[in-house]
Amino acid sequence: MELGFTTAVYVVAAVLTILALGGLSGQESAKRAVWYGIVGMGLAVAATLIGPGAGLWWLSIILIAGGGTIGYKLANGVEMTQMPELVAGMHALVGLAAVFVGFNAHFELGNVMAMDDSAKKALEGFAALLAKKSQAEINILRVEASLGIWIGAVTFTGSVIAYGKLSGKVTSAATKLPGGHALNATAAAISVACLIWYLSSGGLLPLLILTVMALFIGYHLIMGIGGADMPVVVSMLNSYSGWAAAAIGFSLGNDLLIVVGALVGSSGAILSYIMCKAMNRSFISVILGGFGGTTGPAMEVEGEQVAIDADGVATALEEADSVIIIPGYGMAVAQAQQNVAELTRRLRAKGKTVRFAIHPVAGRLPGHMNVLLAEAKVPYDIVMEMDEINEDFPDTDVAIVIGSNDIVNPAAQEDPNSPIAGMPVLECWKAKQVFVSKRGQGTGYSGIENPLFFKENTRMFYGDAKASLDTLLTKIS
Amino acid sequence: MKIGTPREVFAGESRVAMTPESARQLQKLGYDCAIEKGAGARAGFSDADYEAAGVEVIGTAAALWKACDIIAKVRQPDEKELKRLSADKTLISFFNPAGNDDGMEIAKAKGANVIAMEMVPRISRAQKMDALSSMANIAGYRAVIEAGNNFGRFFTGQVTAAGKVPPAKVLVVGAGVAGLAAIGTSTALGAITYAFDVRPEVAEQVESMGAEFVYLDFEEEQQDGAATGGYASVSSPEFREAQLAKFRELAPEVDIVITTALIPNRPAPKLWLEDMIQAMKPGSVIVDLAAERGGNAEGTVADEKVVTGNGVTIIGYTDFPSRMAAQSSSLYATNIRHMMTDLTPEKDGQVNHDMEDDVIRGATVTYQGEITFPPPPPKVQAIAAKPKETAPVKTPEEIKAEEAAAFKAQTKSQITLLGVGGALMLLVGLYAPASFMQHFIVFVLAVFVGFQVIWNVSHSLHTPLMAVTNAISSIIILGALLQIGSSSAIVIILAAVSVFFAGINIFGGFLVTRRMLAMFQKS
Repeated sequence: MELGFTTAVYVVAAVLTILALGGLSGQESAKRAVWYGIVGMGLAVAATLIGPGAGLWWLSIILIAGGGTIGYKLANGVEMTQMPELVAGMHALVGLAAVFVGFNAHFELGNVMAMDDSAKKALEGFAALLAKKSQAEINILRVEASLGIWIGAVTFTGSVIAYGKLSGKVTSAATKLPGGHALNATAAAISVACLIWYLSSGGLLPLLILTVMALFIGYHLIMGIGGADMPVVVSMLNSYSGWAAAAIGFSLGNDLLIVVGALVGSSGAILSYIMCKAMNRSFISVILGGFGGTTGPAMEVEGEQVAIDADGVATALEEADSVIIIPGYGMAVAQAQQNVAELTRRLRAKGKTVRFAIHPVAGRLPGHMNVLLAEAKVPYDIVMEMDEINEDFPDTDVAIVIGSNDIVNPAAQEDPNSPIAGMPVLECWKAKQVFVSKRGQGTGYSGIENPLFFKENTRMFYGDAKASLDTLLTKIS
Repeated sequence: MKIGTPREVFAGESRVAMTPESARQLQKLGYDCAIEKGAGARAGFSDADYEAAGVEVIGTAAALWKACDIIAKVRQPDEKELKRLSADKTLISFFNPAGNDDGMEIAKAKGANVIAMEMVPRISRAQKMDALSSMANIAGYRAVIEAGNNFGRFFTGQVTAAGKVPPAKVLVVGAGVAGLAAIGTSTALGAITYAFDVRPEVAEQVESMGAEFVYLDFEEEQQDGAATGGYASVSSPEFREAQLAKFRELAPEVDIVITTALIPNRPAPKLWLEDMIQAMKPGSVIVDLAAERGGNAEGTVADEKVVTGNGVTIIGYTDFPSRMAAQSSSLYATNIRHMMTDLTPEKDGQVNHDMEDDVIRGATVTYQGEITFPPPPPKVQAIAAKPKETAPVKTPEEIKAEEAAAFKAQTKSQITLLGVGGALMLLVGLYAPASFMQHFIVFVLAVFVGFQVIWNVSHSLHTPLMAVTNAISSIIILGALLQIGSSSAIVIILAAVSVFFAGINIFGGFLVTRRMLAMFQKS
């Protein structure tokens, strides 16, 4: 097949990819947008397979089919609550693939450089491309390949750790090796030194050291970030995997890889930025890990947590006209979204106004709650964002907090010494009554005491969110 | 300390200021309770009930007044009772301080502390001890019951085999606590209920009780009732004329009129005049809850029921709460008990008469040999919140100026960014070979497009966005596909593994996204 044809298909694929991302601006158009993405990807793969430079296409197809089967099973088998882990885990795959492709570029380059001129002429595909390169171009290619390997490696270990943290296999607390950021800085410095060494020598060893350093940085960086910041981390890793793809695209001279990699990279970066803004934290402080140091002792929390049983909650709900439900990660963990949806249906059938307030960083992924509520068939027009609904709390009879903690912590507004001071929170304590469904008296993901639980109008509805709601549903017809 | 309640000496008064239930609660505050023999009999509480609740029953009023440190009673005390006070005693009772200078003088001379229940400020915190409201609530209910007792027809309309019965029409004048209670009772009985009040802001409350608010055709800035503690104030002559004209129009239609209009410290306004009474149908009933202050209707005689020449019954009883003594006693006793709770912050049975407290200060009329009436206005002003001050409306010029400034700032930042970006680009172009620049342009444009596109993605779709970008990032497969045809074995293996991984990611990512999006649905 001609190169021109492949390029033409690439253009179509790039446009389709852009449309796929842009289409996600609305729920309805998003359904169409995914198809754009699928078709775009399909076209790109098909054109590459039949285009110039590809070989062993039968092996490729078998491998794609094999991988596809596994991917299909994973995607269909996964619970909606495990979505964050799945996404994080799949980033790891992309990162690893980028590392391998980068190394391949290096090997291929070595092979080609070793050949004499007549052998070079006989080459085809990627190798032929390499053969034509001048020394300056080869150096650039080496930078690109090492960059791709480096970012890919960071993405790989980072995603593995993020997966572990999200699935609870690795402690969610922010842990750092002694030395902290100095270790990361040293590793980064060694990486740069290795890059220079590699440029001058062209050997495999500096590249390997560079990879190990990157793997370490990915591990250590993400270990140092607390579970509450995981949404930002996942989207950041998403961005990294895009940049890695773009860097590889440069070294392979493939424009589609560059375009799509850059799209993914910039979209992930913006998403991280939006999320950090929602938490009122600087991107740097999130990336560098954990919550920033507090400037003084945290405010003493006064009062006591008053418990309430299902009867009490049911009575209050019967009397209420307007209810706002604030779901959090606890709801996802307890798989309580169906019960929440059922409660919503019953209350709405009684003519009560029921709405959901979603904090931008509720859950472990941005939009996590929206997805879960959508799964439980909660109509999306009653699911509100923080800015849309925060002013309505004073006119609300009952606010139900289901498994959220930090995002409803009044300390963010009241206590300037709190680690989360200044983070926008849902002001649910302004409702006439607040019920908090919570497993026990412990603190939230960030380990901060929550004065909300001690407020006079707050009642604690202890127990697993799903079990609690089950009992509650028996009291409300 | 000991709290005692004597028998009410006022003729016909059946209420009692302490019930066995309230006595139990008072004992929890650390007080001993005492009651005069037979004090609760007319309200349905026997001496045995009190004794069972741990209350000491004392034979005579004199002995009770002597034995107790705190006297709680209902009616304004007469002179004989006041003479029994002494410097160490506290009296809690209705006292009518505005019209009871003599009583205050005696209490002052005796040095006793007197808390007048009608002086409890009307703020949210004090509602639990607002005896006027709890008594007014009973009066309003009872007024409808008395009216029904004297009204020869059904309240509710019925279509029966024996003929059609029209519903009664009830007009309630004055939508205070008593008026609202009357409206509630009347609508509950099935009557068509109209209500009128000079404070238009209560229309919503009236309608919430199921009655129709009677609006006047009258253009005047009416005084906000909230400014006067929720009470009506005197209206202008023009307004009064408009009001009477409306009543004249309604008079022939309505069957029952319940008037509750009172203005603090003034005789009740005459609102239902002789000609309106004449215009009413025979058999109609007027219940005048303002009879004690002279009545709203012309022809009301306090404490009596009179029938006019055209067969309209005018009820002027002033003792509605006393007619439901069991109910009113228990509510009043609870009000007293709440007052004691506020007076006993330590729950140790010792009165802490805190004159800094708005509620206690407001209700105290004599304190340690001084007359402390009238009280200063309460610090907390709160029946109805002030109407919110609207944000100052910006003039079009201001808006324009702001827009222009914002536009300028935006232009500035954009130009700076473009300038810096352009310079960087030039720098790269100076050193990099042309083949690199070609790709670099593509790269920069793609980043730019990504930025532009992602800003618009709605928040709820961030997770699908992440899943889809994850799927798309497996575009790395292209690199592996291009390398798999190599002659080197290790390259083939690595490329094959990459293709495999990317394959997982493509299918997994897109499928998950589709699953998520399929769930979003509108109601």
